[in-house]
Formats: sequence, structure tokens, C-alpha cells
Amino acid sequence: MFEVWPALPLFVGAALVSVLRGPARAVVMLAAPLLGAYGLWQLEPGTTVTQDLFGMTLIPIRVDDLSLLFGYLFHLAAFIGVLYALHLRDRLQDVAALAYAGSAVGAVFAGDLLTLFVYWELLAITSAVLVFARRSERALASGMRYLIMQVGSGVLLLAGALVYASATGSLAFEHIGLDAAGGWLIFLAFGIKSAFPLLHGWLTDAYPESTPTGTVFLSAFTTKVAIYALARGFAGTELLVYIGALMTCFPIFYAVIENDLRRVLAYSLINQLGFMVVGIGIGTELALNGAVAHAFNDVIFKGLLMMSMGAVLHVTGEIRGSELGGLYKKMPKTTILCMVGAASISAFPLFSGFVSKSMVVSAAIAEGYSFVWLALLFASAGVFHHAGIKIPFFAFFAHDSRFVATAHEPPTNMLIAMTIAAVLCIGIGCFPGLLYGMLPYDMDYSPYDVTHVLAQLQLLAFSALAFTWLKLAGIYPPELKSVNLDVEWLYRRMMPDAIHAALAKLMPLDRALRRHGQSLVRVGLRGLAHHHGSYGLLARTWPTGSMVLWVAALLGISLVFYYF
Amino acid sequence: MKDGDRRYLFDNPRNVRLVVRGLLWACILLVGLELVVHRHLSHAWEALFGFYALYGFVACVLLVLLAKEMRKMLMRDEDYYERDAGDIRARGTGDQDV
Repeated sequence: MFEVWPALPLFVGAALVSVLRGPARAVVMLAAPLLGAYGLWQLEPGTTVTQDLFGMTLIPIRVDDLSLLFGYLFHLAAFIGVLYALHLRDRLQDVAALAYAGSAVGAVFAGDLLTLFVYWELLAITSAVLVFARRSERALASGMRYLIMQVGSGVLLLAGALVYASATGSLAFEHIGLDAAGGWLIFLAFGIKSAFPLLHGWLTDAYPESTPTGTVFLSAFTTKVAIYALARGFAGTELLVYIGALMTCFPIFYAVIENDLRRVLAYSLINQLGFMVVGIGIGTELALNGAVAHAFNDVIFKGLLMMSMGAVLHVTGEIRGSELGGLYKKMPKTTILCMVGAASISAFPLFSGFVSKSMVVSAAIAEGYSFVWLALLFASAGVFHHAGIKIPFFAFFAHDSRFVATAHEPPTNMLIAMTIAAVLCIGIGCFPGLLYGMLPYDMDYSPYDVTHVLAQLQLLAFSALAFTWLKLAGIYPPELKSVNLDVEWLYRRMMPDAIHAALAKLMPLDRALRRHGQSLVRVGLRGLAHHHGSYGLLARTWPTGSMVLWVAALLGISLVFYYF
Repeated sequence: MKDGDRRYLFDNPRNVRLVVRGLLWACILLVGLELVVHRHLSHAWEALFGFYALYGFVACVLLVLLAKEMRKMLMRDEDYYERDAGDIRARGTGDQDV
């Protein structure tokens, strides 16, 4: 049954939880991803299911190592997310979350561009619901902006797919490349969902506006589907190396000065995506393995960090760094779990980030990208700085906030979900072979040699030293209640203002035109009234008698003519 | 026990000092190790003594200093977008500002 549709259990689960409640709901929520993962276990790599539609061959299901890896990853993320959200009583979020996970699974098993497009748009809609589920005016506005960008990406994908199909005669989703017909359109569509620089506004705008549990799902699926799609369609595209390098570097500046801690994590999500994009751009087996492995790890450690900040938000109702602090006193378990996530994203040896990020960095050196390598190192130091230190420090340490008195550990299901993620972070970090065995290419790589470990430890220790020095010397910028202008300013502020300014300029012109039009109408009316009004020449009533008289006269004249 | 009476780990400044001192020693140790351990270098720049340590430190200091400068240009009040949205709506309702 699963060969028909690997995403089936998740979609059926979504349908069921729309009517179930209580324990039955919990069972279905947890069983859906487990059943789905079991279904993947039954799938043979190399299986494809084809279908003919209007003379086009569609491939709704294509199973290979790459899609299987992402398939497992999404089921794992869905399970952890569902467990984290188990205490909720919100049907909207339950349905949206499972359908969202199902769409992600469907997308990575899609073997043709049209099927991919369908799931691409489903991802957009289901994820937007998770933003709307916050049910605040801000979230609604943010969700609408998010939805427009996401659907826009889908439209680009569809347009690209049509151009591609008409040029090549096939819709199959294999390597595309920028030179292919429609290649740029598809590249841009993938680029929006991968949060390329300047196309990233939706991510940092909407993710922090979602619910505490919704953001955990959001951080797992959309961007990773995009990474999968890039890896499949554009591996080895050199442009991606530079785009990726930019993605690793620019968000960390924003992350340092951002106050909303979940927005800090959203920026750091772009930074991590950058590493994957660089890996895909390099395109060697090591680099691609590194990119995919990093996507896998990122879902777990970014999920863990999002969960820990979600727990803080859930308990205190606050997520701004300027307002938080000292929570380690009341939330020690959450603190430790958050620090495991922080160590993982910072790529500490023995934590998961290290075993995957080092592959991308090694590949960059091996292929001679010296400056990209320096950028990656800079980003590695930076990510430790903002995600590794700043997040735990301002939430759980720093000064005691007003929440210390009332804070407590989050619900048990949240703690269990975070613990599972933390165990996975350490497990993969200590036994990378488990993950390496699932990667699409066979390779002979070990992250744990003295050179790598020492280099990484030096980098991290001195980053920490820099933070400590800057903090103690009072140079470190304090957390301030603020927003920082980013690319979204263009469409949240500049464009509305420009439209408004243009309208203001056009308004007098418009008014003059209308006044002129009105005066024309008035002249016309006067003319009509003159001729057709009560005493107008054309509106006069003529007595029947006068007509008979005129007819008689005409007859008389015609008789006179006839006579001669 | 009343909460105010309880002293937590970092309420004691000695423990904070301990952490900072531990970090310092770790840094010294890690640079020192470079003299002892045989490394397989894959890039010429790695051969410079303390390359990663220096790079990490300088990178982070630069990052923070530049980010501070960015604040001057990019930071706005928390309700920047909301307030403006309200303004636009208010301004958009009629011709009063023409």
C-alpha cells in the first residue's frame, strides 16, 4: 500500500485528527509518522510509479537513496514535532502540521516536476496555516506575506516546468542545470524556498510569528525540501557556491543584533542552509554528502533549539532577549537541552553539526575555494557566537528577568521531544557512521582526526573568548527592544510608501482630470436640456392635426408636380 | 524554602570567575597543543601558528563591531512596521494629505 503513496499515512493522519479528540487524537498523531517511516522501510530503492496524464508521463513516486534519506528525516522530524505539540488542544495546528509533513514527504518522492509543483504548493498552504494559527494580527499579516512569496515560488516552478517540458519533451525531475530551457525559472523557484539572499525575507519574517510548536515544524520542512530539490536539480552549479557563502555570512550580523530569539534562530537557519548550498554548488560526492548530511542534522538541532525557545515562549509568553534571562534557575532541563542544540549547531566535536559541516568545509578546501573556505570559517565562528552562545546566554543566563519567579519547566511531552532530539544530536556526533551509511554516495571520510578536531576547538574556544571579552568590557551590544530593517523593508515599507507617494503626486492630476470630465458632462447636460428640455425644440409635442395638414400640403405639392 | 533565599549556581560571582578562567586555560591549552600534535594540513594558511585561534577571535570581534555599526543604520523602534501600517491606513482613507 505504501508503494502507492509514501505520504499516505501522514495525510490520513491529518484527516483523522480533524475529527478525533482526546487519547485517540494523540495515538493517531504519534502513529502517523511511525507508520509512514515503516512504510519507507518497505520501499525498494529504484522503485518508480508512473502514470500517464494527457499524454505526459508523470512519476508520482520515485524511490532512491536521496529521497529515502529525506523521507526518513521528515518522518523523524514529524514525530518529534508531534510529540512536542501533543499537549495542544488546537485542531487547526494538528491537521496543518501532519498535512505539512505529508506534503514534504510527497515532494521528495516526486519523480516529475508537475507532481513536485503540487506538493510545493501544498507545502506553502499548509505551512501558512501554521503561521495563521498564532491568531494575532501580526501573524495574519506576516502569514499573508509568507504565502504570497511561497505561492510565487510555486508559480515560477510551474512556469519553469512547462518551458522545460516543452523543450525536452519530458517532465522527469532529474538534473536540470541553469542552461536547460526554463532552468533559471526553476532555479529561482528553488531559490525562494531555500532563502537565497534577498529572497529570504519570508523566512525571518514569518517563522518567528508562528506558534511555539508551529515554528518547530516550519524550521524542519520547507527549506529542506528546497535543499533536496537543489541537490537533485542543480548539483555542481558553481553559482551556488557563492550564493551559499553569502548565505552563511550575512545572516550572522543580523543575528547578533536581533532581539527576538526565535528570529535569531531564523537567521541562523539561513546561515546553516548556506553551508548546504555551498556543498551542492561544489557538487563533488563528498560535498553533496556533506550538504545532505548537514540538512539531516540541521533539522534535528535547529528543531531542538526552536523547541527550547518555544518552551521558553510557552512558559513565559515572552521571547525577546531584552526581557528574558536567568531562566536556568527554574528551567534547568530546558537549559541543558538547549545547550546540546547550541553545541550541535556550533559543530562542537562529538555533536552532530561537526560531522556534517566538516565535510562541506573539507570539500571547499579540496576543490580550491580558498576564499569560500574563509567565509565558511567566519560563519562557523559566527554561528557559535550567535546561536551557540547568545541564545542560551540571553534566555537562560545574563541578568535575572521578571519571569524567574514564576517560570517552570515546560510540559513533559515537550521535554521528551527535546530529549529525543538531544540524544540524536549526541548520538550522530559520536557515531557518525550511522548517518554516513544512509548518504547517497559511498565515501571514505572520518571527521575525527586530530587536525580537524583541534582546528575546530581552537576556532570555537577563541570565539567564546571573544564573546566573553566583549561582554566583560561592555562592548557587546545589549539586547534592545527593536526591529532591524532587512529586505522585507522593501515590500513592507518602501513599496507601500512609494505607491502612496505616487498616488499623492497623481491625486491633483486625477482631480483635475475628473473636474474637466465633470465640466464636459455639465456642458453636455446643458446642451441636452436646451434641445430636449421642456421647452426645447426637439422635445416639443406636435398635434396630430398639424401632421395631417402637412401631409395634405405634401400631397397637394406632389399633385401640382404630377400635373405638369 | 522561599525562592528569594535560594542561591543558584551563578549567583556566586566565584563560579562565574571560574568559568571565565576555565575558558582562558582551555584557550591556552588548545594553542599549546598545536606545538605538540602533528597535523595534516590541507591548506597553506593553516600552517600559520594559531591560525584558527586568531581567525576565530578576530572574526568574532569584527562581527560584533560591524553589527554594532549596522544597528546605527538599521535599527528601528519595535512597532516600526505596525505604526507605519496604521499611518498608511489612516492616510489612505481620504484625500486629506493632498
